[in-house]
Amino acid sequence: MNRFLCSIVLLLTSITGLSQTRIEGKVKDTKGRPVAGASISIKDSYDGATADSLGGFSFVTEEKGERMVLVSSIGYLLLERPVTIGSSTLKLDLQLKEAPDELKAVVVTAGSFEASDSKRTTVLNSIDIVTTASANADVTGAIRTLPGTQQVGEKEGLFVRGGSGEEAKVFIDGTLVNNFFYSSVPDIAQRGRFSPFLFKGTVFTSGGYSALYGQALSAALILETIDLPDQSSANIGVSTVGLNGGYQHLNKKKDASWGVNYAYTNLLPYFELVPQRPDYFKVPQFHYADANFRFKTKTGGMVKFYSTFQANQLGLRNADIDSAALKNAFSLSNQNLYANLSWKEKLGKKWRMNLGLSYSNNLDDIGNQLQDQDDKPIAIQGLPYVLKNFAYDLRSSLAQTKLVMERKLKGLSAVRFGGEYLYFHDRLEARDTSFRARSLDDHFKAVFAETDIYITNDLAAKLGARFEHSSLLSRSNLVPRISLAYKLGNLGQASLAYGMFYQKPERNQLVINTNLDYTRSTHYIANFQKVTSGNTFRVEAFYKKYEDLVKTFPGLDNSGYGYAKGVELFWRDKKTFKGFDYWVSYSFLDTRRDYLNYPNSIQPNFAANHTASLVLKKFITKWKTQFNASYTFSTGRPYYDIRYNSNEDKFAIYDQGTTINYNNLSFSVNYLPTVGNPNAKKFVVWVLSVTNVLNQDQVFNYNYSFNGSIKRPVVPPANQFFFLGCFISFGIDRTEDVINSNL
Amino acid sequence: MKRIFGTIVLFIVVNLANAQSDKYTSAMSKQIATMENGYQNGDFTPAANSFERIAQAEKEQWLPYYYAAYCYVMQAYMDKDNSKKDAIADKADSLIRRAEVLAGGENSEICVIKSMIASAHMMVDPQSRWMQYGPASSAQIEKAKQLDPTNPRPVYLEAQSKFYTPEQFGGGKSVAAPLFEKSIAMFDTFQPKSSLHPTWGKRAAEYFLAQCK
Repeated sequence: MNRFLCSIVLLLTSITGLSQTRIEGKVKDTKGRPVAGASISIKDSYDGATADSLGGFSFVTEEKGERMVLVSSIGYLLLERPVTIGSSTLKLDLQLKEAPDELKAVVVTAGSFEASDSKRTTVLNSIDIVTTASANADVTGAIRTLPGTQQVGEKEGLFVRGGSGEEAKVFIDGTLVNNFFYSSVPDIAQRGRFSPFLFKGTVFTSGGYSALYGQALSAALILETIDLPDQSSANIGVSTVGLNGGYQHLNKKKDASWGVNYAYTNLLPYFELVPQRPDYFKVPQFHYADANFRFKTKTGGMVKFYSTFQANQLGLRNADIDSAALKNAFSLSNQNLYANLSWKEKLGKKWRMNLGLSYSNNLDDIGNQLQDQDDKPIAIQGLPYVLKNFAYDLRSSLAQTKLVMERKLKGLSAVRFGGEYLYFHDRLEARDTSFRARSLDDHFKAVFAETDIYITNDLAAKLGARFEHSSLLSRSNLVPRISLAYKLGNLGQASLAYGMFYQKPERNQLVINTNLDYTRSTHYIANFQKVTSGNTFRVEAFYKKYEDLVKTFPGLDNSGYGYAKGVELFWRDKKTFKGFDYWVSYSFLDTRRDYLNYPNSIQPNFAANHTASLVLKKFITKWKTQFNASYTFSTGRPYYDIRYNSNEDKFAIYDQGTTINYNNLSFSVNYLPTVGNPNAKKFVVWVLSVTNVLNQDQVFNYNYSFNGSIKRPVVPPANQFFFLGCFISFGIDRTEDVINSNL
Repeated sequence: MKRIFGTIVLFIVVNLANAQSDKYTSAMSKQIATMENGYQNGDFTPAANSFERIAQAEKEQWLPYYYAAYCYVMQAYMDKDNSKKDAIADKADSLIRRAEVLAGGENSEICVIKSMIASAHMMVDPQSRWMQYGPASSAQIEKAKQLDPTNPRPVYLEAQSKFYTPEQFGGGKSVAAPLFEKSIAMFDTFQPKSSLHPTWGKRAAEYFLAQCK
């Protein structure tokens, strides 16, 4: 009996063993290119093969009849092909379709630079923002090494592609930030208020930005705050300008955290060591306190809250330009409260929600006094002196909410829409009651929609529209935004962008005349980008048309206009020189405009024709030290003496010229003594930085006296800035992080 | 007669099942041997594909998925094109997750692969990825050690990571050498649960140890 069974089994096995069928063919993609390494298999069997470099494959199988052939390869959609396996050789021509892939797909890059850790392909990452030598840990400092930006040292803000500082807006977690920079001081640019360590992602768009944002004629800087910290930690720091300390707590489940920080900055010791040109009768002092909490929701969403309170003051005295016997004493006291609550949530598989709420309140207490040689106040009637004694409070608050809903469509396509409501309240009040208080209220509403359409993995379009209404202007606008991107071959891609952008006139103009209309710009951008694993190349050309700019003379109206056009290059290379990471950017700008009191269309004084930056980074392991250098050059900017001619009743240019070229070589060094000590309980970083190492002269502009007879250069308060600081964090060993960052 | 028939059927079924598991064992042994080619010519794709075929045909075994993931992560290490590494490592990740489900949870060998996957992601752009992948990789090494203190592979990976870490950072050859020696001693005594369970790593450890001297 057993023998009988054995023979049956033997027979069965031998039958299957004997009748093998060969299956062969080629695997190609939709463009007819071979897919090397593709896996071909018969479902639920071991049989199959791997395609060779020409896409060819061949194997034998014992399977028979109706079967399913599976073909797969990384980056392609799985192909299932029913086949009938007979006794003769089966030939298969197989075609794989590319899978929709966020990483490989074309991305609209016209006008935008992204710095982020989460995305895998970005031009900069957040560490770059911190370690750019000239930046001094100011977010916008690093942005100023990118193409499209100007080196303006006499006024804060991002001056992008012929736009003034007011034309670029900053957004944190989706919502507008009203007072991103410290309050203005005449002829001295101020830093951003927020630490770069607060942000994990940065998108800088020098034009053609998304319909989700508005009210910026030139550019948008979009910042995203960090999520939960890796661990609980405490930190302290001491530097040549102040002290700071903080604590960050992460719960045991690692799904919620809270933290507080405080920093005090006082420039008195520094100013004693490094003489400043202005006479600071009130040395700059800054208090900064923040509180934050963040938690994950049950459904995988994230809630983040961040708020700061800042108070600062300064007072400085300069020689008066109209009289050698007099001085001007400017003083500023500022209080700023900012709070931002954001909630990201997934709603089911396809929907996402982003909700943002923010509130800010800024109070500037500004005064100017004309003083004699003994620093005693003096009042002189008549122009120009009567304008030099003033004192007022300027309060501006902004409450806003913004909701964005996103729905995923087929493949990578998606549609986003939503709305926002912003309530601006500005109030200007003189302290000496010489004129009545003025206030401005604006209920600003916008709705927007945008869609990403992937026609193929290689061709994408972003179509958007935005509708806005301002109660203050009682006017609405509707704008289109369109961009296209097409992938050329493996690594290069080309993008085009077109968009219209509206912006409200400035507060000081609206105070006088609320009957003004929006100012307007139209952007046209063409971009080519090629990214390989070690380097990035970009070239971008743009044309920007300005309409309805605000003129202050002969009347206050929207009769201004202008244009800006240019070409920009960017090259980043981490590969060619071993251990060196560098980037180069160059911008050519041609711009003219007729606005404010300009007598005709001229190149504004905040625009240089040529700007170039080189940023270099190198870590030397032996010394546990990172060296950073940056060099920025720009050609001189025009300056004008624009004055009113009462005989002809018009403004005229009485004098003009071009400033000297701008040069700035900066160095910074980060020394990490605890790196590599596995037993270290604290992590220490020393930072030394010097700007304008070569002590080159910098002239940003010229000021003219009232009658034009005296001309004085606008120069920085000191040629150089030195910074030395030591920062220690406890309870979190970042050694591993630092090592890995420098492998 | 019925009984006899039943016995026959049972016999055939058992016999076929044995044949089936013999087929599994022999196919796996063959592929584990073919995997060697990958070390020679730097192409682990054919081996990875074969393991994946076995995995999807078997449905119950975690080892084919484990080896497929191992082949892909080795491929990610060896591929010179950085832009491909992420996708390959992601593939390894999806395979090792399936292995984990079939194995009834994490085990020491699975943690070893997870550590390697994190390292592969980091290699693409160390400077911007350390925060995310550095600690993730070492955490998996620690977990692998805890789950099986006799497993030489996490010790080998740790040694390898020290080997590539500069001396100033507490790495270097002098620190790595004793760890390689320790792993080699562990390889010598390590008993795989079956002939199909992972045994790789000793030769590489010996190679690195020679480099240390």
